[in-house]
Amino acid sequence: MKIRQLLKQYDGKTVVDGVSFEIPKGKVLSLIGPNGAGKSTVMGMISRLVARDAGLVEFEGKDIKDWKSHQLSQRLAILTQSNHIQMKLTVRELVAFGRFPYTRGRNTPEDEQIIQQAIDYMELGPFQDRFIDELSGGQRQRAYIAMVIAQDTDYVLLDEPTNNLDIYHATNMMKIARRLCDELGKTVIMVLHEINYAAFYSDYICAFKDGKVAKFGTVEEVMTKETLSEIYRVDFEIQMVEGKPLSIYY
Amino acid sequence: MAPWLSRHRSTLVLAVLLVVLSIYSLFVGVIDLDTSAILAGDFEAIELLLISRLPRLLAIVCTGVGMSVAGLIMQQLCMNKFVSPTTGATISSAQLGILLALVFWPSATLWQRTILAFVFAILGTWVFVWFIQRIQFKDVVMVPLVGIMFGNVVGGITSFLAFRFDMTQSLSSWLVGHFSMVLRGRYEIVWLTLPLVVLAFVFANHFNIVGMGRDFSKNLGVPYNLVLFLGLTIAAMITASVVVVVGAISYIGLIVPNLVSMFKGDKIRGTLVDTALFGALFVLVCDLIGRLVIHPYELPIELIIGIIGSVLFVGLLLYRLNHGRKAIRLGAAGASSCAVSAQSAVQKKEGE
Repeated sequence: MKIRQLLKQYDGKTVVDGVSFEIPKGKVLSLIGPNGAGKSTVMGMISRLVARDAGLVEFEGKDIKDWKSHQLSQRLAILTQSNHIQMKLTVRELVAFGRFPYTRGRNTPEDEQIIQQAIDYMELGPFQDRFIDELSGGQRQRAYIAMVIAQDTDYVLLDEPTNNLDIYHATNMMKIARRLCDELGKTVIMVLHEINYAAFYSDYICAFKDGKVAKFGTVEEVMTKETLSEIYRVDFEIQMVEGKPLSIYY
Repeated sequence: MAPWLSRHRSTLVLAVLLVVLSIYSLFVGVIDLDTSAILAGDFEAIELLLISRLPRLLAIVCTGVGMSVAGLIMQQLCMNKFVSPTTGATISSAQLGILLALVFWPSATLWQRTILAFVFAILGTWVFVWFIQRIQFKDVVMVPLVGIMFGNVVGGITSFLAFRFDMTQSLSSWLVGHFSMVLRGRYEIVWLTLPLVVLAFVFANHFNIVGMGRDFSKNLGVPYNLVLFLGLTIAAMITASVVVVVGAISYIGLIVPNLVSMFKGDKIRGTLVDTALFGALFVLVCDLIGRLVIHPYELPIELIIGIIGSVLFVGLLLYRLNHGRKAIRLGAAGASSCAVSAQSAVQKKEGE
């Protein structure tokens, strides 16, 4: 997946300006940066939720615009922060929607099996007949991930998956993202606020500043004192924990 | 057999109740009608049944089914539990269409009038939804409030035109819904609701997904705007075909889907049949009450529905206040949709 010279303007103000990078297949990539740096907008444009003003998002050799919507939804899944959905669906009903791109709602026994596997993978078995609005934030987030697993796409995009979760659930969420990549072989792209989650759980980091890519590289390349200080304009110390460079800021 | 039965228990109960009350309703009226006369081939009795009683029953069922399903679709698509044909300006727009037909196209047949009602109901609903989408209200109550205001503006235009062209008399029969004018040859348009409800069932999953929001739909490859406006069009057409025949019937589209979803959740495939049956039952019971309280005269159904509906609505609000959005569970597996549920519900109870 290649991103070329993306441009997005809101009311004449440029929020994304000439962003280009390549998404490494089968890896975890995190997009980080201060508020308003354009990372979520870039994510939106990659996932076709946000229309771009210029540039190219090339997915499997074809511009994402030229993909048929239901075919693309079999290859690429996006989870936004839409957890405020006020709908009484059971976990199982929600996860079953993941099969919609394939079956248009007529699920076969094989689909039911995939749905069950997704539920079990996210350890949601005991909750599968509970309504999603009766679950805790962490459980609900897992239900959405289970839907994405049932959707069975090569690419999984998560827009701030740790938002509104406490440390326990946020950390679990990151472990799940890692497993999606390691165990299920998916390419995971996340927008993250917590730099250390990005550092510990991803393979590559793309750091944004003022609508531009400030630095793209492996975790070790991006997680340096100089780069982070420049992007966030605060002082950083880098410390190695379990072989990963984690940052301390104050 | 057992899980199937428990899963569809509410549907079965509603269906049986509806059939029993339907048969009973055929024998309620000013003229006594008894089975022996019909079986004996009494011409007058059969005539009464076919010209008045049966059409009335069918109109009631179509109205109940139609209005509650229209409400269900609108609530899902607008992501708001308080949107309905009444609070979404659909009914008042249909009425405006009928009045315009009466005023400017006096020679119009019932069918032509219906088409105009369709067009206006659809346009009114579209404008309302387009508006609430543009504004993006954060508060759930704002959406129906705007709908009620918009509906009143449209209703105001209708009343003004009716006054100007001396049409208040004929308008009143479309403002207050009633079934007393339902006779063979004059009500068949209401049958249109049934194919439309079937269409809604076909697209039930699409409506569900669109009800989860624009991003959610795009992720699953569902064209958001297309399905949104398709669904609204279906809901508006159902509403208009009811308004043309029996007039405005409020509350059903608001209350029935809400009550059913409290028990069965929001998955449309799982609730549509129950919603339709309960809607029909609700209208039938209200109509029977209206026919029986001051027998041999009758009260317009809109009045009865208004009273029962507002009591239920207040109850609904109070319940929401005390219990939040928690669902009511019917027995072991009443609210769930798969066979495994009975087992896991038992596990849950043991855990508690």
